[in-house]
Amino acid sequence: MLRRRPLLPHWLLIAACLSLLLLLISCTPSHPQSTFDAAGPVSRSQLNLFWVIFWASLGVFVVVVGALLYSVVRFREKPGQAMPTQVHGNRKLEIAWTVAPALLLGAIAVMTVQTLFELEDPPSDNPLQVRVVAHQWWFEAIYPEYNVTTANEINVPVGRDVSFTLDSEDVIHSFWVPKLSGKMDVIPNVTNATWFRADEAGVFYGQCAEFCGVAHALMKFRVVAQPPEEFEQWLAAQQAPARTPTEGAALAGQTVFSAKGCIVCHTVTGPDTEALRASRNRGFLDGQPLTHGPNLTHFASRGSFAGSIMETDDENLAAWLRDPEQVKPGNRMSRLAAAFNDPALELSESDISALVAYLQSLE
Amino acid sequence: MATANQMLGGVLAKRPVSATGVMSWITTIDHKRIGILYGVTAFIFFILGGVEALLMRLQLSSPEAGVVSAEVYSQMFTMHGTTMIFLVVMPMGAAFFNFMIPLMIGARDVAFPRLNAFSYWTFLFGAILLNVSFLTGGAPNVGWFGYSPLTNDTFAIGRGVDYWILGLQVLGISSLAAAFNFIVTIINMRAPGMSMMKLPVFVWMTLIVSFLLVLAFPVLTVAITLLLFDRLFGTAFFDTGAGANPLIWQHFFWAFGHPEVYILILPAMGIVSEVLPVFSKKPLFGYTVVVFSGVLIGLMGWGVWSHHMFTVGLGPVANSAFALITMFIAVPTGIKIFNWIGTMWGGSVKFTTAMLFAIGFIAMFIIGGLSGVMHAVAPSDTQQSDTYFVVAHLHYVLFGGSILGLFAGIYYWWPKITGRLLNELMGKAQFWLFFIGFNVTFFPMHFLGMDGMPRRVYTYSADQGWEFWNAFSTVGVFLIGISLILFIHNVIHTNRKGERAGNDPWNGRTLEWSIPSPPPEYNFAVIPTVKDRDAYWAEKYSEDPDGRPIPKVQGAAQAEEKPVKIHMPTPSYYPVLLAAGLTLIAGGLLSHISVSVIGGIVSLAAIYSWAFEPATAPESTPSDGAY
Repeated sequence: MLRRRPLLPHWLLIAACLSLLLLLISCTPSHPQSTFDAAGPVSRSQLNLFWVIFWASLGVFVVVVGALLYSVVRFREKPGQAMPTQVHGNRKLEIAWTVAPALLLGAIAVMTVQTLFELEDPPSDNPLQVRVVAHQWWFEAIYPEYNVTTANEINVPVGRDVSFTLDSEDVIHSFWVPKLSGKMDVIPNVTNATWFRADEAGVFYGQCAEFCGVAHALMKFRVVAQPPEEFEQWLAAQQAPARTPTEGAALAGQTVFSAKGCIVCHTVTGPDTEALRASRNRGFLDGQPLTHGPNLTHFASRGSFAGSIMETDDENLAAWLRDPEQVKPGNRMSRLAAAFNDPALELSESDISALVAYLQSLE
Repeated sequence: MATANQMLGGVLAKRPVSATGVMSWITTIDHKRIGILYGVTAFIFFILGGVEALLMRLQLSSPEAGVVSAEVYSQMFTMHGTTMIFLVVMPMGAAFFNFMIPLMIGARDVAFPRLNAFSYWTFLFGAILLNVSFLTGGAPNVGWFGYSPLTNDTFAIGRGVDYWILGLQVLGISSLAAAFNFIVTIINMRAPGMSMMKLPVFVWMTLIVSFLLVLAFPVLTVAITLLLFDRLFGTAFFDTGAGANPLIWQHFFWAFGHPEVYILILPAMGIVSEVLPVFSKKPLFGYTVVVFSGVLIGLMGWGVWSHHMFTVGLGPVANSAFALITMFIAVPTGIKIFNWIGTMWGGSVKFTTAMLFAIGFIAMFIIGGLSGVMHAVAPSDTQQSDTYFVVAHLHYVLFGGSILGLFAGIYYWWPKITGRLLNELMGKAQFWLFFIGFNVTFFPMHFLGMDGMPRRVYTYSADQGWEFWNAFSTVGVFLIGISLILFIHNVIHTNRKGERAGNDPWNGRTLEWSIPSPPPEYNFAVIPTVKDRDAYWAEKYSEDPDGRPIPKVQGAAQAEEKPVKIHMPTPSYYPVLLAAGLTLIAGGLLSHISVSVIGGIVSLAAIYSWAFEPATAPESTPSDGAY
């Protein structure tokens, strides 16, 4: 009887270690996509549900694996042992271990269904509307109430529900900001909806979570949650007319931008109109949809670019313009843009530095 | 009449006669040889799929590594998944179905021996066709579930997806033929007295798997046929440019894909249900419940497919329904686990390698099952879906589950198949390396998934905090690799020097242990009459009033005598020829249509000749068991 005892503390220890590990992960600050660090009501209720099922599972694990280990240790073959009794079953036990899990699962099922319905729509009557359009391999954000178009970074006010409609112009993607909300797939010919709210200011990392082709790993985005007044300022800045450089390298860059054909796909004169979007969607070439690129009207106001895989600074911009295929294999600009495919329009080093200056002037 | 049959049967070639050499293996219709062919082929693909996994793990071992390119990485995860499912776990199960089921039900062969050979060769050629894509400009790169519209010719412009479609078509023919064969075999070929409720559990699970295959695979066949039409002939079933809704593909795929999961796990559950009683010296606890929970899993498996689609926006009503059915499928699964523990409880547990693998299976399957219930909780699953948490979950089920279960079967039945025992010391070392390596590789993936790492990414940046567990996980792959090398060494070593097994090295309970190892070609000199569930055990032991076994005095009659005259089916060229013809049809669609035409002619000729070929060549002498 005595030698059975150590089993229990042993398993408690492992359970403790396990939860400690999980805690460790959730508490370290450098985990920008940790689901343990909920910053809004949607992700929080998803996380709460996870913890319930996690602890229930751990309990089941300890009991069942405990029984398993007990049975193999206690009933291991001993020398000279007689043949065991040939037990064929036990009806009461069978009923017990059918009913007990069913009851536990029933409780979890109730919570699951409740949460599913709770999270379906935002509680507020007046959420901020954002339309997200996914492309291979970047996210575009449109604020229809404010006539603002941006890319890779989505600014939202802290404390206000944000309601998203999701469309894809090519394949299936998935819209996911782990600290704010679980995934919602972005599907061509299907308009999906989701919502979240950020309860604290900060930059929250998001990433496409459905395999969408060769650069899937490099399709990220960021949600910038700002206090309401800052968000209003941001909106005003985005609504301001495009800046046009008047002198120096930036002016030269503007010329390059037109001469080398960047302007064919990128708008720099305010939000894309529907007519302009339509005129740029011209079907497919060698597996590459011909559509517009990110709107660059207020490019320099964004902290990151190229699917949020790079911080916006002169060095990164130059590296990107020098060899986009190296930075982001498979991207459409390096495959389709004249500047990277037509030797006559190849970008020289001076073109590149002029373009960098121009882009950095587009605040 | 006999001459007419002979003439027609010999339309293309004379009946093969060789009993040894390469030709005898190509023309064999002996279920045991076909089982061995299945097993060896599946193991070779296991190594190939493992190398693909190794390349992925090396690429992910550090942030922004450059081991393979993004394109090659996409091909690796697509081929790794496709290979492990269709070319490893399914055929490894088929290897045991082939070798063991006739032996366990007291039959001399399967119901349709030539169809059985045809299944194997179609599987092999389909597998080769799929892998030829590596040599002809790029393997499929769209993931093993090939979500539309990424597979459309607008996005997947190479031949990779066509190889994937046609390879799966050919493999599907193989699986369907095999499934029909096993259904008929199990229902019709049982020894006298072996009623359905006396069937060994492994045979029951095979029967359920075969029904699942017959019902599920056609769904995939239809879906990939539509996709093939889209790609080759310009139809628009999945063409989003023409307004198609790509979710149709997902419903198609998972209506096949989820029953497929049970196709992969039920054979392992069957094996474990055979191994545990033998090494506990007790019958399976709650046989009836274990069998019916298997049937229930097979039925419920049809109602859960949309749990793969919790994030596609089906709405809370549909998501609730699929969440609930998914959760409650854990009840019959749990029942099996409890009954396995009940089997060992009060027994006399002997830690052979097979038993260690079986116990390891239970423990790992518990983890995979619990994380499965976590995935069933739809709201929190939207955080885990498509992350490494899913990768961890599916490997706990299919690697910790299916593969460990299949290894239990390998160690358990090896002496019956080869006549020699595998070395137990090496086996146990292999188990522990495998078990630890598996957990080192896959447990950290739970953390990575919860830490927001999506699956199918070929790279990640250093600021994500995913470095440590990725590096840790890659170490585990090497432990698994070493353990497999140890296994191969064990096989080679014992093949020459291994201890002879005798008929019944484990004190087995089922009929296969009543005959010599390896079994003669005709299996049973005299077809046994079955009176008990553990048919062979009941021949060896009676029970005292407390239920303790008392050895029976063995009669002197058990002498091995060579039967006078047993008619066994004769080898045939036509199964392999038909398999080659069908593969040529598929291959022609990828290259020149003329090749398809030739394939069609070959197939027709093979079918025609096969139809008129008598099962047993009239001139053949009774087999002398030249196995």
